[in-house]
Amino acid sequence: MTHLKRKPLFALIATGLLFSGKLMAQESVEIDAGATAWMLTSTALVLLMIPGLAMFYGGLVRTKNVLGTMMHSFAAMGIMSILWVAVGYSMSFGSNVLGGWFGWNSDYVFLRGIDTNILEGGVPEYVFSMFQGKFAMITPALIAGAFAERVNFKAYVIFIIAWGLLVYNPLCHWVWAEDGFLFNMGADGAIDFAGGTVVHISAGISGLVAAIYIGARRGFPKQNVRPNNLVMTLMGAGLLWVGWFGFNAGSSIESGLSTAQALTATQVAAAAGAVTWMLIEMWHAGKATALGFASGILAGLVAVTPAAGVVQPLGAIALGIIASILCYMGIMLKNKLGYDDSLDAFGVHGLGGIVGAIFLTFFIRHSWMEDAAAAAGGSWTIWNQLGVQVAAVAIAIVYAAVVTILILFILNKCIKFRSPDEEEMMGLDQVYHGERGYGMLNAS
Amino acid sequence: MKLITAIIREVQLDQVREALIEAGITRITVSPVSGHGQQLTKEYYRGQVFVPDLIPKMRLEIAVNDKFVDVTTDTIIKAARSIEGDNMGQVGDGKIFITNLEDCIRIRTNEHGESAI
Repeated sequence: MTHLKRKPLFALIATGLLFSGKLMAQESVEIDAGATAWMLTSTALVLLMIPGLAMFYGGLVRTKNVLGTMMHSFAAMGIMSILWVAVGYSMSFGSNVLGGWFGWNSDYVFLRGIDTNILEGGVPEYVFSMFQGKFAMITPALIAGAFAERVNFKAYVIFIIAWGLLVYNPLCHWVWAEDGFLFNMGADGAIDFAGGTVVHISAGISGLVAAIYIGARRGFPKQNVRPNNLVMTLMGAGLLWVGWFGFNAGSSIESGLSTAQALTATQVAAAAGAVTWMLIEMWHAGKATALGFASGILAGLVAVTPAAGVVQPLGAIALGIIASILCYMGIMLKNKLGYDDSLDAFGVHGLGGIVGAIFLTFFIRHSWMEDAAAAAGGSWTIWNQLGVQVAAVAIAIVYAAVVTILILFILNKCIKFRSPDEEEMMGLDQVYHGERGYGMLNAS
Repeated sequence: MKLITAIIREVQLDQVREALIEAGITRITVSPVSGHGQQLTKEYYRGQVFVPDLIPKMRLEIAVNDKFVDVTTDTIIKAARSIEGDNMGQVGDGKIFITNLEDCIRIRTNEHGESAI
């Protein structure tokens, strides 16, 4: 995504050459059928990750909360879609306003002005916008894992709307828009190929902050919360792995060499993460759990997300291994510290994202470093790039944490985010949705 | 020796279990069941009002020596009775059955009677 260049169509529109501008646009850029076909596929693949996440999270909670937990993902899929088309795309990919806090381009409101736009790579802008929209949907859904089994559904809906507008859109603008300040930091920008900072660090940190803010579940950590359906969790993890090819390889916004590089890195990082987690568990706990394997897949995928465009397979394997080791240690530390990040949204996505965004520096392929050196006018070392990466990670952490606390603080004045004790005991399904996940197992 | 069988609301299970553990009654068996009682809860689903025929409940089975019967039943009643405003107890809170227990055997040691409970 870092090399995406958008055709300055809106400049032409602004000068009143609306009709001829569109004509010129169509003459100058032909649709690249191959690239468009892959981007359409990628868009569908990233969408598939959201029901995948719903299954992953849904299997991990208690029976009484399975639907409520899955609804956190599905609600995000609906709400964030509309929000993205309405203002999200404009806030993320418009030009800087308010000192670059976010972007704005009134042509993008409800995607009015991109009906016939074709990007420089030969991909219709609708496809790019829809592809990016999927990221805006899955990110709030990821956060929900941190405060599973104990939040009011109405308050959750308001929370993700506010979070999408105030945290996701600005971060997306900073990192991926051409005039975003992290996009232009250092010689060739902070490297975030497919959303390590924007998606995983922001979701992980916000989840951690929210989990601490609203407190632990009733009975935590004394009461052992057994997953209601690990089979579903494994199917979800599988769907996430498949969908991640769209997430990472699609982020090249083309169908070519960089797509292939990202796809390969994604595959091996996920595998390395999974195998590492399995080995750690066999050595440390004696048994390789299915949930551990699935967690390893996710840790590897999350870590390679920012790196997929710049690392070679060996580097991707290294990232998968490092991510699994550090995420495993992080989860052990969580149990010691006693905060209730229920489904390890921070433990896997937050930590994995931080690991990927920082450690990728040591595995960047030479050609990228040479380009960066040329852009910097002489030399550009990995230590220079490390500084840029650390700065980008720190900015994402601080921004996501501060704004999430503000949203929760204000939200709590209107509607309590945290479910009251009785409702938590009854379960989200019954209280907020009036349904049961596994009705068929009962006589009625 | 008595066998105490309690049918309670699903949602009260945690509460009842925690209360029993606090009262020193830790050996219980729990199973999900469903059945008919006096309870007629109207539910609203997909635009229709209907009364579910078999209502899901939780069954607790506790074998106790005679002197523990009262403390067990009192604890269950206290924790399983739903409170809505000033109303103590609602239709559907459940029932407790007490039956005489002929014998009790611990499989591990083949102990019989009161000491096996």
